[in-house]
Amino acid sequence: MRARTVAIAAALLLSVGCAQHEPRGSGDLGVIVERSAGRLQVVDTTRQTSIGAIGGLGDLSHASVVYSRDGRYAYVFGRDGGLTKVDLLRLRIERRIVQSGNSIGGAISQDGKLVAAANYTPGGVRVFDADTLEMLADIPATYGDGGQRAKVVGLEDAAGSRFAFSLFEAGEIWVADLSVPRAPKIQKFRNIGRQPYDALITLDGRYYLAGLFGEDGVAMLDLWHPERGVRRVLDGYGRGEQPLPVFKMPHLEGWAMAGHLAFLPAVGRHEVLVVDTTTWLEAGRIQVAGQPVFVMAQPDGRKIWVNFALPDNDKVQVIDTETRQVVRTLSPGKAVLHMEFTARGETVWISARDDNRVTVYDTATFEQKAVLAAEQPSGIFFTVRALRFGF
Amino acid sequence: MRGRRVLWSGVALACVLGTAFADELAPARQAELVRLVRQDCGSCHGLTLKGGLGPPLVAAALGDKPAESLKYTILYGRRGTPMPGWRPFLTDADAEWITARLLEGFPDAR
Repeated sequence: MRARTVAIAAALLLSVGCAQHEPRGSGDLGVIVERSAGRLQVVDTTRQTSIGAIGGLGDLSHASVVYSRDGRYAYVFGRDGGLTKVDLLRLRIERRIVQSGNSIGGAISQDGKLVAAANYTPGGVRVFDADTLEMLADIPATYGDGGQRAKVVGLEDAAGSRFAFSLFEAGEIWVADLSVPRAPKIQKFRNIGRQPYDALITLDGRYYLAGLFGEDGVAMLDLWHPERGVRRVLDGYGRGEQPLPVFKMPHLEGWAMAGHLAFLPAVGRHEVLVVDTTTWLEAGRIQVAGQPVFVMAQPDGRKIWVNFALPDNDKVQVIDTETRQVVRTLSPGKAVLHMEFTARGETVWISARDDNRVTVYDTATFEQKAVLAAEQPSGIFFTVRALRFGF
Repeated sequence: MRGRRVLWSGVALACVLGTAFADELAPARQAELVRLVRQDCGSCHGLTLKGGLGPPLVAAALGDKPAESLKYTILYGRRGTPMPGWRPFLTDADAEWITARLLEGFPDAR
């Protein structure tokens, strides 16, 4: 602990103190969240090593990260409402605010100028200047007679300074246009389904899809044509079957796409759902080892990587998208929480919380390339996210 | 390092307080339950148990809730909410131990 602090201090002194310090790019950097330590490790994905750590970030359970367009600054959304702007090159906190009592994540606008946070307490969205973290807009997620506030989930960036998000208790999707940041215009879509729990936006920024927990199905909004309203896809995919208790909510971050097929976690079932995105109809199901949490395509779309809720959270399964078969079951450690691909997908980094490690796998051979020690690691976020919608 | 010491003193404290609840859980099991509650319940209720998608589970928030109904919720879940029943992972004694600890302020895992 102390040694690390000294090392960071030394690194800081070096970076501040000597002008001939070699400049470097940020394109191959990333962070690993050490959730209970309130700390980030900064990693170099080319050398597959940790290059430093930044602490003092508060409660990082369920923390998520978005990046500035230059990949230099990470915006870290903490559970405790903390929003911290971290400089990956200087390994230090640039700015930090506590913007709410309980937060679930956030997004950065298409032009990189606005950072938005989704909050549970008080339920709503707050939007900040990406440079200064000054609050520009506060959007309370009121519903019903206006006296109640819903928890906001699935906050995603859409084209044109817009953010789309869902209201858990209200069953609504809202699209906020922040072209004039201090005067947001909100479009509300009501009765989209019961208990939206998370959402994603397709890589082209066109479709916003909110997974429903309270019923089997996905609510879809075409952001090119919001006037057409929200449409239900995969309606009643579990018809006639009793869902299993869900010990961890699935996540819809990213978009497991391979050609025209999309792959999604089924809620309360040991299945990955396959959807044909040309018709938005179910195109099949793949039986897997447990209830999926993350279903993620490697960047070339050839394989899908899946992790699971308790009690199968020590496994990762890999699905071949051509044959739709599980081709490998890996054991990266106890309590696998997250997976992250390098930009072109030659490696995937997988965190195992209860084994205090992150394992780097070669996606072609499944060979272990490196193991990094980390204290209860959860999310892993690489700077390539800076360049994509929905990350 | 310090986190672990706090964890163990938390567990030790819980053991002392717990004698009143006639728990016969082995210390190793108690440590597993602390981890389960902090980490896995924590994915919805927050690592600090101050709430998330699920409501807060800190003592002040639970206040007047009867232990029996908390135990039932832990084991069998709550219909109409995402709260699952944890019966597959917990015995009655486990659920009673967790309930008692929640009502007095859950031991720190960090």
